[in-house]
Amino acid sequence: MAPQPVVHVSAIRKAYGATVAVDDVSFDVHEGEIFGLIGPNGAGKTTTMECVEGLRATDRGIISVLGLDPTRDVYALQERIGVQLQEAQLQKRIKVREAVALWASLYGSPVDGDRLIEQLGLGDKRNAWFMTLSGGQKQRLFIALALINDPELVFLDELTTGLDPQARRAIWDLVRGIRERGKTVFLTTHLMEEAERLCDRVAIIDHGRIIDIGPPAELVRRHCPERTVIVETEDSAASERFRALPQVRSVEARGAQLTIRGLGNDLVTQVIQCLAEHRIRVFDFRTELPTLEDVFIRLTGHTIRD
Amino acid sequence: MMRGLRQLIWLELKIFVREPMGVIGTVGVPVLIFVVLSRLLGEEELSASDAPRFASVDLPIFVAVLIALNAVLSLVTIVTIYREGGILKRLRATPLRSYTILTAHVIVKLLFTAVTLALMILAGRRYFPLDAEIPLLSFTLALLFSTVSVLSLGFLIASIVPTARFAQPIASVILYPMFGLSGLFVPVNELPPVLQAVARALPLTYAVSLLRGVWHGAGWSAHGMDVAALALLFLAFTVISARVFRWE
Repeated sequence: MAPQPVVHVSAIRKAYGATVAVDDVSFDVHEGEIFGLIGPNGAGKTTTMECVEGLRATDRGIISVLGLDPTRDVYALQERIGVQLQEAQLQKRIKVREAVALWASLYGSPVDGDRLIEQLGLGDKRNAWFMTLSGGQKQRLFIALALINDPELVFLDELTTGLDPQARRAIWDLVRGIRERGKTVFLTTHLMEEAERLCDRVAIIDHGRIIDIGPPAELVRRHCPERTVIVETEDSAASERFRALPQVRSVEARGAQLTIRGLGNDLVTQVIQCLAEHRIRVFDFRTELPTLEDVFIRLTGHTIRD
Repeated sequence: MMRGLRQLIWLELKIFVREPMGVIGTVGVPVLIFVVLSRLLGEEELSASDAPRFASVDLPIFVAVLIALNAVLSLVTIVTIYREGGILKRLRATPLRSYTILTAHVIVKLLFTAVTLALMILAGRRYFPLDAEIPLLSFTLALLFSTVSVLSLGFLIASIVPTARFAQPIASVILYPMFGLSGLFVPVNELPPVLQAVARALPLTYAVSLLRGVWHGAGWSAHGMDVAALALLFLAFTVISARVFRWE
């Protein structure tokens, strides 16, 4: 018997007046994985997540989180989950250690707050007011608050939005650290790079509907089989040799640079074998693989920033 | 049941004190008004044979009501700022119960009401010597009871205020006319009939009557109607607020 999923969502729907925010959404989150709900702003990511957290009621459908019904058992659930909300704030003049102490006082068996502050790199900010923290520090504090009750499942909603690349990378390491402690992470992001680097599995959502679910690499293989190899060579016969390969669709030459396009995972191997067989001398060799961003464009017909 | 209430009250008190302008506005201003008016009107009273009623008799009531209104203004502002910043929502996503969060704010406001009243009495000793005639404890209780009732109206206002920027103006538009109709300046039964009806639907009218009575030594039993009306309005406002209050 397969282990019961940590989160089970089945055919939920949520409308605000005439606007349908989430429509017929279903997915499972498995124990110990980082699961990402990805899509553009307004796609229904936050609404879906807040329904799972028990902050919103669905119009239809079934949600089960750690075996609990998030609307009916919301207080029992809150003991076992950690939540970081999108664009949340705290009192401007609350100190870091006060916020952590308040949160610790709310749960039955909290972890050591001071150690948590240290682990998240806020040791020298423990007496700083919330309003004086940088964006990255605020998000690290929110992660600390989400971890204070040693939760089994952690929700992170648009965790790195508005952070600079360096702070973003630091946060990614923290999120991987949460998974390494054996916890399950459910996050949303509109950054495809973040999803690709962080998530074990992703669900792509657009206009309130799930389009596909799977590990990022598998989604890329499934929807974007195109592979591109770029070589630089002065061998004038090379172009013809590549064209003869079965999986090659086109070869484009610009000066010494040849761009070879084809389908399937074997393309790269075939090109390398061809180079060796014909002793073609190259100055440069690189491959371009499609990304989750390309998958998204392929599936929705628009870019994520639309 | 009210897990976190004590921590939240303590924290909100500390946070409130860290903002100097807020403290001056809610605590300093009523005390200052009281002292300045006492001085001005007190001197006048000495020279005039028929002392204006307002000066000697109703000044403590006037300032007490001012303290209560200040508490409400401050509550409306804080609740709307917390809502706009997502702070209420963030707190709600913890085991904190919704009513714990709101109760903490009410208690913080009541504490500051009591502190302001105490400061006012200290500062006003010269003009209102503390003799056995004035039942201070009763007066304090009457003020806190009135404040709770008016604060429930504050939650109703906080429910309808769209953004924090409108909190102050909208609250003022509701609170200051209520102040004017409360019977403090013009006796309620001398108001035009329409305004009389309005005044009787507002908690401040009963608060003024109760505070005035208690200050002059009348027992609580003599003001059973006022107490009942304040309690009834508190219940009504709380029930309506619980239905229409928005957390985000």
